[in-house]
Amino acid sequence: MDVPQVRHVATLLGHVAHIVSQVPSAIVVSELRKSYGTTEALRGVSFEIAEGEVFGVLGPNGAGKTTTVEILEGYRGRDGGDAWVLGFDPGESPRELRERIGVVLQQSELSPLLTVRETHEMFAGYYQRPRSVDDVIDLVGLAEKRNARVKTLSGGQKRRLDLGLALVGDPDLLFLDEPTTGFDPGARRAAWEMIRSLRSLGTTILLTTHYLDEAQQLADRVAVLRDGLIVRQGTPSELIGDSRLTEIRYRRDGVLAVLQTSDSTRALHELTSEALAEGRELDELEVRRPTLEDVYLELVGEEPESAQ
Amino acid sequence: MSTLLHQLRFDQKIFWRNREAAVFVFVFPLLLYALLGSVYGDLIDGVPAEDVLLAGLFGYGAATTAMGGLAITLVIRRETGVLKRVRSTPLAPATYFVAVLLSTLVTFALEAVALLALGRLLFRASMPANWLGFAGAIVLGVACFAALGVGAAALIRSAEGVSAVVNVVILPMAFLSGSFGPTNEFPAVLQAIANVLPLTYFLDIVYGVYLAGESIYADPTALLVVLAWGAAGAVVALRRFGWMPRER
Ligand SMILES: Nc1ncnc2c1ncn2[C@@H]1O[C@H](COP(=O)(O)OP(=O)(O)OP(=O)(O)O)[C@@H](O)[C@H]1O
Ligand SMILES: [Mg+2]
Repeated sequence: MDVPQVRHVATLLGHVAHIVSQVPSAIVVSELRKSYGTTEALRGVSFEIAEGEVFGVLGPNGAGKTTTVEILEGYRGRDGGDAWVLGFDPGESPRELRERIGVVLQQSELSPLLTVRETHEMFAGYYQRPRSVDDVIDLVGLAEKRNARVKTLSGGQKRRLDLGLALVGDPDLLFLDEPTTGFDPGARRAAWEMIRSLRSLGTTILLTTHYLDEAQQLADRVAVLRDGLIVRQGTPSELIGDSRLTEIRYRRDGVLAVLQTSDSTRALHELTSEALAEGRELDELEVRRPTLEDVYLELVGEEPESAQ
Repeated sequence: MSTLLHQLRFDQKIFWRNREAAVFVFVFPLLLYALLGSVYGDLIDGVPAEDVLLAGLFGYGAATTAMGGLAITLVIRRETGVLKRVRSTPLAPATYFVAVLLSTLVTFALEAVALLALGRLLFRASMPANWLGFAGAIVLGVACFAALGVGAAALIRSAEGVSAVVNVVILPMAFLSGSFGPTNEFPAVLQAIANVLPLTYFLDIVYGVYLAGESIYADPTALLVVLAWGAAGAVVALRRFGWMPRER
């Protein structure tokens, strides 16, 4: 087997790329391309994920998020470009790689007739060093449903089961394709806590989501995909920093006024001194920095960089 | 090896919990045997009717369990994404498949025992004249029809339609091959069709081991035809079977 060699090459690649941080890469993707018939789903996607990093992939429906993730999971072949996952070529999807990854698919079903515990047990049996089944069930908050059949679970509970099965092999790298879709707010917070604690234990996580607050809360870095191209990547604060507009809102004579400015100190000063001079109150005065969501909406509305 | 037994255990669990499938695959042949055994007279072609029918329903059982049951299970598992989910775990695809086949074998072996017990109880039917040959026929039947089942699963793309398609194939085949009673009064056209069906030849082998005490290779032509059908199914399965659901 030449696997150690392959891993060596990829680690080298990682080192070259991360020469500054000295952290090896868990995933290296360069110029990834994929077409379905005449649909070009990926048109040259490149990014790197350092070991231990949480990387968020954002983008509208059909942007190519699932396609990217499923190529890295070994489900789909690529038409062009390079990809390394933990030093392996995901196109060959070797057993050593499958042993070390955990997967939550955007859509999948499990045998409806097994119980939550049995399903975890079944999957745990596929790995050499699984986690304790009961610990995992507790971790994803299914303790009360331990002996319930899968078909009786609610949508959100099924999603937690998916998450549990992704964790049961004690993976070094987790792929989460919209993992919290269908979660109630409490469950979402709990999942966030869990992802943070996995991160603190050194697990690398590739996460796609449509919840911008989720990306902002969890991801060390995010990439925004649009029409098969990455239109921007960086830390959430870098992305937000790109947009220097601050929003000032207030109500005057019952009418809502919204003011966007890149010089918020001066604008606010002028606004308030004017109001003071006139002896008026600025009702519902609010100064708001853009959120990742504002930046995102700006980004997916514009032409992709490389297409210009 | 331990992973294989692990998977086999869960496959059996899933099979028996699926009541509808268990009834269709396991209970239906027994029920048909009880009904047909009560209807037919003493002898069919000079052989006790209860024995001929037991052999016939043994053959039908092999076809529904291995071919029908497997095709339905695999298509549903593939189209709902159950297979896809397993594919990214370290479980080897071959191990998964062998476990599914072994589970089918276990189910059909139990079916055969249940048929013998029922025959004994209701009609004082004969016990196999060659027990080893009878066991061999169980394995042969599962091998041939399972290969055809996986081949069919590779070609059928719809989880909703698979059960109908499978029955449209298996029931007429069983009828023409003589699973449900003698066929020598059938029109020549139907007999000609029967003469190419795998179940016809499989039943010849079953009569041989069960009643005449022969070995399973006593009739080489029959064995060859059965194996050829199995091989054809296996070729289609190997070439066309995929793990991913039908594309949107
Ligand atoms: N199996 C397939 N066959 C044909 N086209 C496909 C297939 N899978 C994806 N596509 C197309 O490729 C493009 C990217 O799809 P993909 O599923 O990667 O998007 P996504 O970013 O995950 O979207 P969503 O947010 O809706 O999950 C879409 O135009 C989609 O229609
Ligand atoms: Mg998707």
